[in-house]
Amino acid sequence: MDRSLRLVATNPADDLSQTIEALLVIASAPLSVDELARAAEQDAESIEAALELLVERYREGRSGIVLEFVAGGWAFRASAQAAAACARLQERPAERGLSQAALETLAVVAYLGPCSRPEIARIRGVNVDGVVAGLVERGLVVEDGRENEFGAVRYRTTPLFERVFGLESLAELPRVDDLGADVTEIRARLEAVAEKRPA
Amino acid sequence: MAVDTLAVRELDLDLDAFEGPFDLLLSLVLREELPLAELDLAQIVVAFVERLAERDELDLEACGEFLVLFSALLELKARGLFPDEEAELAELGPEQAAEELARRLAEYRRAKEAAVWLAERLERPRYFRLAPAPLAPKPPEPQFASQKPEKLAQVLRLLAVDPPEPSTAHMALRFPPVSQFLERWRSLLARRSRLDFDEGIVGCSRVEIAVAFLALLELRKTGEVAVSQAAPFAPIRISRAASERSLSWTAHSA
Repeated sequence: MDRSLRLVATNPADDLSQTIEALLVIASAPLSVDELARAAEQDAESIEAALELLVERYREGRSGIVLEFVAGGWAFRASAQAAAACARLQERPAERGLSQAALETLAVVAYLGPCSRPEIARIRGVNVDGVVAGLVERGLVVEDGRENEFGAVRYRTTPLFERVFGLESLAELPRVDDLGADVTEIRARLEAVAEKRPA
Repeated sequence: MAVDTLAVRELDLDLDAFEGPFDLLLSLVLREELPLAELDLAQIVVAFVERLAERDELDLEACGEFLVLFSALLELKARGLFPDEEAELAELGPEQAAEELARRLAEYRRAKEAAVWLAERLERPRYFRLAPAPLAPKPPEPQFASQKPEKLAQVLRLLAVDPPEPSTAHMALRFPPVSQFLERWRSLLARRSRLDFDEGIVGCSRVEIAVAFLALLELRKTGEVAVSQAAPFAPIRISRAASERSLSWTAHSA
């Protein structure tokens, strides 16, 4: 352990590591490699090398601060081990008490977004106006244009959504094909139910 | 009891689009001889409630029957107002409808499972610094059209010149002295014992007329003249004061 720490301290990239730490501490949102490179006036490769060192330094089990790639950029968060203490200090308004309806709506927006409330309602089979308004208030979804010039407002998920759920990007969501039964299977089950019904 | 019951079917209606008993209205609607869209259904409710109010007791049976019939009517009308949806569903054959239903259910099932996946991720709480919303973007610098320095100097030179002194000539009202008109009235009255005000101001300006009038009031105050006017705007008659006249008359007769 001592050995590796000494190695870090003598690494020529250490100055840059310290700069990156500072940038990540003051940033309000995850920073991309490009953003870090611009602020530190370094090339992307040096930034990536320094980040590699930092990820090792700030990892679960080794530090209370964890460096992670989330929502398309690098950011610090609290370690899982400290979560209970963090919970006593701070509430998590963005995801506190998310209902089943809210989670389903979030899932639809995450997969199909930008999409409008009528589109979400069509899939969920119920009106979603209130649920969508709640998600907007929490900052998990945001308006993103209209269907056409005067059409329904469309929504997409925000970087905060990716951060709250710890997603590097929306591509990290499970593949649609891996979710749920396929149409033929549902069809077969529907027919089975129909046969049981008295004529 | 049966005699007492309010017969909903015989409820007389007097609507804009229909006049007659309720059951005739229903059969006309069902035979599609009367377009539901033209009926104001609220009027039927009002008619029913009025009939209900005429009775001392609440007729629950009639209310129930009315509710059933009326809700059916409302549903029919509501469906009629969305012809597109009806057509969309009617166009599908039983096979296609089953296919569509299965497709929608599969879609919903996926959303539901994705929601479960998301909920599982929330079980591992993640704390990070929540920043306030970013500041509004900096407004763009104002852009000015390019200008020639000579032109700018020319315009500035125009601004640097003192503006001309405003004329106050129109404000100078020259009042002739009142004494001038005192003398004028006295000399006129010396020649004639009575005269009209207008005769004394021939050829005078507005200001001079005002001063002439002031002079006349002055003479009236000191009792040198008597002034009378038959009606507003009538000629003002001026005469030598009576006392003076009587004195002079006394002097003459003496």
